[in-house]
Amino acid sequence: MGRGAGKGKKTKRKVPIDEKKMEKYRRGTGVNLKMGIKNKIHRQRLRQKENLIESMAEQAARTEILLTETHGYLEKDPGETTTQFKQSEIVSNIDITSATKYFELNLEFGPYSLRYTRNGRHLVVGGKKGHVAAFDWITKKLACEMNVMESVHDVCWLHIETMFAVAQKDWVYIYDNQGIELHCLKRMNRATRLEFLPYHFLLASSSSLGGLTWLDISIGKIISRYDSKIGKIDVMTQNPYNALLCVGDSKGVVSMWSPNVQQPLAKMLCHKQAITACAVHPYGTYMATSSPDRTLKVWDIRQLAGPVHSSILRSTAENLSYSQSGLLAVGMGNVVEVFSDTNNDFKPYTRHKTNWSISDLQFCPYEDALGFGTAKGLSSILVPGCAEANFDALEINPYQTKKQRREAEVKALLDKIQPELITLDTTAIAEIDVPTLQRKVEEKKKLLFIKPKTIDFKPRRSKAKGKGGTAKIVKSKKALKELARREAIEAMRQAKTLIDTKKIELQKKSYGVLNRFIPKAKQTKC
Amino acid sequence: MKVKVLSRNPDEYLRETKRDIHKVPRNYDPILHPFEAPREYTRALNAVKLDRVFAKPFVGNLEGHKDAVSCMCKHPGKLQVLLSGAYDGEVRIWNLPQRTCEYNFLAHDGVLRGIAFLSGAEHFITIGDDKTIKTWRARKSDNNEEAVPTNTIISKTILTGITHHRSDAFFATCGEVCQLWEETRNEPIRTFKWGVDSLHDVKYNYVQTNLLAACASDRSIILYDTRETGPLRRIVMKLRTNRLSWNPMEAFTFTCANEDYNLYTFDTRKLSTPVNVHMDHVEAVTDVDYSPTGKEFVSGSYDKSIRIFQTNKGHSKEVYHTKRMQRLTSIIWSLDNKYILSGSDEMNIRVWKARASEKLGVLKPREKAALKYSEALKEKFASHPQVQRIARHRQIPKHIYNAQSEIRRIREKSNRKQTNRRMHSKKGAVPFVSERQKHIVREDA
Repeated sequence: MGRGAGKGKKTKRKVPIDEKKMEKYRRGTGVNLKMGIKNKIHRQRLRQKENLIESMAEQAARTEILLTETHGYLEKDPGETTTQFKQSEIVSNIDITSATKYFELNLEFGPYSLRYTRNGRHLVVGGKKGHVAAFDWITKKLACEMNVMESVHDVCWLHIETMFAVAQKDWVYIYDNQGIELHCLKRMNRATRLEFLPYHFLLASSSSLGGLTWLDISIGKIISRYDSKIGKIDVMTQNPYNALLCVGDSKGVVSMWSPNVQQPLAKMLCHKQAITACAVHPYGTYMATSSPDRTLKVWDIRQLAGPVHSSILRSTAENLSYSQSGLLAVGMGNVVEVFSDTNNDFKPYTRHKTNWSISDLQFCPYEDALGFGTAKGLSSILVPGCAEANFDALEINPYQTKKQRREAEVKALLDKIQPELITLDTTAIAEIDVPTLQRKVEEKKKLLFIKPKTIDFKPRRSKAKGKGGTAKIVKSKKALKELARREAIEAMRQAKTLIDTKKIELQKKSYGVLNRFIPKAKQTKC
Repeated sequence: MKVKVLSRNPDEYLRETKRDIHKVPRNYDPILHPFEAPREYTRALNAVKLDRVFAKPFVGNLEGHKDAVSCMCKHPGKLQVLLSGAYDGEVRIWNLPQRTCEYNFLAHDGVLRGIAFLSGAEHFITIGDDKTIKTWRARKSDNNEEAVPTNTIISKTILTGITHHRSDAFFATCGEVCQLWEETRNEPIRTFKWGVDSLHDVKYNYVQTNLLAACASDRSIILYDTRETGPLRRIVMKLRTNRLSWNPMEAFTFTCANEDYNLYTFDTRKLSTPVNVHMDHVEAVTDVDYSPTGKEFVSGSYDKSIRIFQTNKGHSKEVYHTKRMQRLTSIIWSLDNKYILSGSDEMNIRVWKARASEKLGVLKPREKAALKYSEALKEKFASHPQVQRIARHRQIPKHIYNAQSEIRRIREKSNRKQTNRRMHSKKGAVPFVSERQKHIVREDA
């Protein structure tokens, strides 16, 4: 096109964005500007703010085209099911680097528990018979390996990949990535499960005596310790959305604990028998529970109402884990089944069978892999489409350098959320606390300058036994005074309303025939 | 069967050489950023704490005057020049970035009452208690001669204040009467009078440049129009107004510093009540000056403190004081909106930052963005009790603290008494008078 052709009026119009995409980036519905805001200036200011928030959501939605990766998938041809594909078939159809993510390690100190770091690069494993190892599982580079010569119940990474906690026979130990013991936490005794809350820097443990302990690892202080009074805790997991601990007990109840309240914030009766496993969706929307009667239930955790899905499995689910994209891995005996929930259709997605019974499983964040520990080692299998494809490097970066890790650690410490802010609803802090505000307004209203009327009180002295007495006189005097004070307040309030009505009457002005042009609302008010 | 497994090429995520910058892929999906509200709250709390940590507003002081500083004048075009006059009649010309005195000489016998730059800023005029108006060259002569005024006018009346027109060659003085002068003439071109009063401050409006406002010792504020022969209007208050300052952005707004510890913002379109009453000083307010944005003003007081107010707020947002600073006589907000200059009784001129915790010097873009972000967070969480408590906390001298509690007690007492009186008298006999109306006696036109 020549230069002359573009001479006409150029209109730069932005490409409209899909409303669904916008909805993802919006934070709530915003303020209703048409209702309740009487002041023009306030309305204007709020409108500007709303516009700003809307444009922010729009900008964020526009950045989606810059995302480089697309998530994985496993598609069937007609007449096939996704569950029929074996790992060997999947491996033969993908590139060699991805194929290395399917492996099996035969170890003899099992049954093993395992945990990935938040960026999915590193793995720590702990065998029941004392074998502890940490390694970069993608490059298969071993960081440390040792035998702690004690039983190991659970392992857990701390905020970075240089430190991990191990729940051993009596106490919890913290090791660094060279295997050097850094701390021995004797106050966390007989721990069965460990959870690390990364944004709060809290290491939570549940003990075989029924205790729950939160330790702030940035200051080395135990924040709180409760006796949950539910006996030995075998099932404990965190809700990544609000950092509450979900504890399953032998009566089929899942209780949610925060370090601020001695009682659970919420309790859900999920099953008629004991809870064998519990997992919470990374976005805090769903919770899956299972029990020995072979049932598996998925709950909407925000409503605490009836199950979204309920199904009966072939055998008891002993381990559950949610992936970033919402796939649910279920460990039943020596079978791992991954369920997907597409369009409210809860059904198996892939299936994998091993030789040994599964002791622990976890999806790897940011990689299409599922790791599980068995009685005789651990393995990693491929589950296409289970992970988030695009990471945010300022939040979690799988490719971070040492320097970046150090900087991120400092940043994270500065943003450490205080344990007092662990509540059911995390957004509550950014909203208006209406009850307190109401109380404040009430108190202001009650503020009176006047003194209550003095009461001239001379009781009849009763001669009858038990009727008179100084105590009784004082009591009735007090009651009368209170009554007088209340009356005074009531009178004052009425006086105030009288003044108000007078003012309104003054405003009411007749324009004769032109009264019909007075706005309707104003008329009713007068 | 179609299968794709997530497989990232590390080359796309790692920098090529060590000199390269790191690659930072972003994903703004809110789900990948959990705990948004508590994290923002924590950041806001940190920001407000750091704000208090870095709140070191005192920049430096200019010493050299041998008597208390009586008045100051900023250069209309150069940020680095400041003129100051003292009670012994001495004028000093300061170089602000160097914090040195460039030039000083004795201009008047007795107190120097006012300084103003002439148009072009090559010369300035001073007035003093010796009833003279002298014009001086603003630059030191090359051959170290003694300073000689280029022009001297002997006035018939005493002179207490001076103000120069924003652009034209006019200036106005006040004393027994308000006089309008042309720079080149030795006689006033107009004289304004309203009853028998003496004026102690006069100010030209910056926007509506033919408007003048003056403070009179009979507790009134008078408005003059230079195009007319007589004064326009006046408002009489309960106590005397010491100084006033026009809002440089709104033609109709001015703020006056009153003897009754308060400042009042008036709208010339409705003089009968002030638009706002600014309380917080515990003794007479001696001077006031607007920031060039017109959103804030600074006031100096006899209680040895400087306060910064927002024009639409009743209470101050900032208070500055030092152990050595005595009663304030004059105050100036610099034209770059960054500094405040205060002259006080103990012969020093002090330079303060207008925003106590602001970082001086050049900011890098990332630094700027970070500061903006924390500013937005502070605003968002401003009403949270924790944030509010830290943001509001100020260390104040004991005498101010005690005076504040005393004033509070007095106010409560009178309120209580008024309410009791109202309760025990006929309805409507003791009317409600708003704080804005309380301090006004009457408006004359």
